[in-house]
Amino acid sequence: MYADWPLLSLVIWTPILGGILVLFAGDKEPAGARKIALVVSIVTFLLTLPLYTQFNTETHLMQFVERQPWIDAFDIEYYLGIDGISMPLILLTSFTTVVVIISAWEVIQYRASQYLAAFLIMEGFMIGTFSALDSILFYIFFEAMLIPMFLIIGVWGGANRIYATLKFFLYTFIGSVLMLVALIYMYTQANSFAIFDFHHLKLSLNEQMLIFLAMLVAFAVKVPMWPVHTWLPDAHVEAPTGGSVILAAIMLKIGGYGFLRFSLPITPDASAELDWLIITMSLTAVVYIGFVALVQRDMKKLIAYSSIAHMGFVTLGFFIVFRIVNSGLGDQGAALALEGGMVQMVSHGFISGALFLCVGVMYDRMHSRQIADYGGVVNTMPVFAAFMVFFAMANAGLPGTSGFVGEFMVILASFKASFWIAFLAALTLILGAAYTLWMVKRVVFGDIANDNVAALKDINKREFLFLAMLALAVLALGLWPDPLVEVMHPTIENLLNHIANSKL
Amino acid sequence: MTAPFIQPDLMPALPEMVMLAMTCLVLVVDLFLPQHKRGFTLLLSVATLVGAIAAVILVTPVTPVSSFGGSFVLDQLAVVLKIATCAVTIVVFVYSRDYLIDNDIYQGEYYVLGLFATLGMMVMISAHSFLLVYLGLELLSLSLYAMIAFNRNSLPASESAMKYFVLGAMASGLLLYGISIFYGITGTLDINQVSAAVSSQFAQHPVALGFALTFIVVGLSFKLGAVPFHMWLPDIYQGSPTSVTLFIGTAPKIAGFAMAIRLLVDGLGELQVDWSQMLTVLAIASMAIGNIIAIAQTNFKRMLAYSTISHVGFILLGILSATANGYASAMFYTLTYAITAAVAFGVLLVLNRKGFEAENISDLSGLNDSNPWYAALLAIAMFSMAGMPPTVGFYAKLSVLQAVVQVEMIWLAVIAVLFSVIGLFYYLRVIKVMYFDQPLAQQTTTIKEALDVKLLLSANSLSLILLGMFPSTLMTYCILSFS
Repeated sequence: MYADWPLLSLVIWTPILGGILVLFAGDKEPAGARKIALVVSIVTFLLTLPLYTQFNTETHLMQFVERQPWIDAFDIEYYLGIDGISMPLILLTSFTTVVVIISAWEVIQYRASQYLAAFLIMEGFMIGTFSALDSILFYIFFEAMLIPMFLIIGVWGGANRIYATLKFFLYTFIGSVLMLVALIYMYTQANSFAIFDFHHLKLSLNEQMLIFLAMLVAFAVKVPMWPVHTWLPDAHVEAPTGGSVILAAIMLKIGGYGFLRFSLPITPDASAELDWLIITMSLTAVVYIGFVALVQRDMKKLIAYSSIAHMGFVTLGFFIVFRIVNSGLGDQGAALALEGGMVQMVSHGFISGALFLCVGVMYDRMHSRQIADYGGVVNTMPVFAAFMVFFAMANAGLPGTSGFVGEFMVILASFKASFWIAFLAALTLILGAAYTLWMVKRVVFGDIANDNVAALKDINKREFLFLAMLALAVLALGLWPDPLVEVMHPTIENLLNHIANSKL
Repeated sequence: MTAPFIQPDLMPALPEMVMLAMTCLVLVVDLFLPQHKRGFTLLLSVATLVGAIAAVILVTPVTPVSSFGGSFVLDQLAVVLKIATCAVTIVVFVYSRDYLIDNDIYQGEYYVLGLFATLGMMVMISAHSFLLVYLGLELLSLSLYAMIAFNRNSLPASESAMKYFVLGAMASGLLLYGISIFYGITGTLDINQVSAAVSSQFAQHPVALGFALTFIVVGLSFKLGAVPFHMWLPDIYQGSPTSVTLFIGTAPKIAGFAMAIRLLVDGLGELQVDWSQMLTVLAIASMAIGNIIAIAQTNFKRMLAYSTISHVGFILLGILSATANGYASAMFYTLTYAITAAVAFGVLLVLNRKGFEAENISDLSGLNDSNPWYAALLAIAMFSMAGMPPTVGFYAKLSVLQAVVQVEMIWLAVIAVLFSVIGLFYYLRVIKVMYFDQPLAQQTTTIKEALDVKLLLSANSLSLILLGMFPSTLMTYCILSFS
């Protein structure tokens, strides 16, 4: 019954139009605005469900395709479609937005309608980014989502919010403009902006190198990879809770998605040539940033650094592929690495989002993110403490949680490429456990540190609801990752075939 | 040897004649109007412009026609640019009204001068002889000098008018000098004949032609405000009454673009390699100086002046790529820039009240708190200038970059985008001031606004998003103008 629906357009435009509606509902009626926002986000989530249930897992071809000419003068099309890579990320987006809307319910009092509208509009842009198959359409969504995020951090953020949000915006923008030039260059070669036409474009190694580097800047900033990660801790610390959640859970994934959709298939030879660069950057993120996370005093900053380290796994998984293929061990390991990276992205979306929400829950009560201000929270907030410990364990990669699956797959695949890469990557199991659990120990356990902690009240039903939603997701994905791996399998296989062919 | 007198075909010039006749009518009618009926002058002026647009549409030819011995041409380019010029002028007139009332300069002469300036621009757009280009330009410039000095009690305005007059006269002189050398070499002022003569005599006088071209380009750069001939622009923008800044910042850009096309492309296409090189230097310098110095500005009008300079750099990029695509993209850029600038200055005009001249960036503090609607309109304009999708500014930049990449000047495209990142910073600062800062004390009173201004400004600003989502139609017109 969904076959005839322009389902992707619906899930892009429902939240955007809904967001505009919320905006006009205004600040005089924040209660009404909240209800509309919640309904819109839930409707959008329900609309994304058929993308999963009706998804054909047998094919690598694009599904739910919509293709209309849009700007004839430059052959730009309104071209949407999803495959096994983008579909899980779209579901993650619509799910997370519902969580964020619920989490903002009572917390945001200042201009609540604008806040909620920004999240809904951003949701539409993010889903658009994941489903665009025309590179300019992709770029438009990719850039447009900066605007609501810029406002979210700048209006509802902490004390140093203006510095953080400008840094966030400029960093991301400088990365993406170079990609724009690369896209235009490829257009002059292919006479089309469709991403798949780029996939089949013959490019010399020199061209590939430049295109690869231009796109690397764009996506590396977004992921973010060491050494262009410095905007992330600032943005996370200053952003309101919802902003941090979206930033960590989805925006970072767009960088990883970009590697899979653009860099690997368009410039396979350059990717193979420069894989040492990405692998070095990824391992630095895993090891060095892990140590940096260890010494943080601010909880949000700690989780931000932990995000960078975990995203290092994603990029490692994506680019270790070339080593595995070269070592002649076949596609099995290569597919494992790519799928591991993907699982890690989805799982990190749930876990980091949940951790930021946990910090948000505490911040709403204590107005402090400093680890030193806490201690013994478990005594006054036992239910919350249970959630917090659970998500911390997941972040540390405890088997049975989703955090374990992705990391394990990537490490396993790395062994096929090189023992030392795998060894360094595996350090995360120690480092991740160290910084996460040490934070939990200092915040949650121990004696009640001060009167403020003693006065804490445990989470209410609303907070229980969104934490439980995320906990279920983390657990489900950890115990039974097959549904996720299955949908992406044909796409990953096809991608591997594609990048195995030189484009020279 | 005198050519026999041939009655020229007057029809192609119908819009100009409508403008001239109606402007004279406005001038006379206004004399007999009491101050409280001044609104009638505005109405009549707007009717004049609407009439001119109607006349343009009426005489739109299928193929280009020329008249007055070839010195006047009406082609697709002229049609589109004339309609745009008149439409932008209508918008300017409507936005200006309350500002003029508040500053006690609500007089008919403002509109009469504005109409004469528009007539000058229309002549420039259709001119196909060096002489007519110059005449149109002078009609525009002289009207503008008077408009700037219009508020005779304002010292900065008088200063600006003086500065603009002196520098403008110098630029006109340089342009005229270049034209005279071309006349000396080719013996004609008609653009088609100059073009033919240049290509036949290129081998004979390469140095003299290059010398003359330099003066033309310099004069043109003065008028457009390209670095290093931009010095007048920030001072004029800042010193002029905001309503006049609005006018200078919008419609004349369109005419300036037309002048560049007529002189360089139509007339001196043979020397394209030379002027492309000159424009490359000018474009890079404009983008660099414009964007970097704009960061340091605290005055909003002055900041927009530097921003204009950087946008002129982008327009030059389209022209210097010297392909039909490039010209079309430059045209698209110019038109959408005029629309965008109209929003920015329009919001600034709305914020003005009796005794309070909003012109500093800090005057916009907390606009989102006091008036979220205008804050949103201005934010859209800022994002459009910065080239953020989904506004039209993105598409304008995209098409120019595309033209540049197509002629294998990727390095130039990279420079352009890097400077636009710098540009982004100061546009974001405006948004930061509006959305993140607390309102100043004097801002707390709500803005009184007329409904027509509010509607027009809203439509104007939302059109930036609409055009950004559906740029095809306008782009098609631009491409048709150069096919």
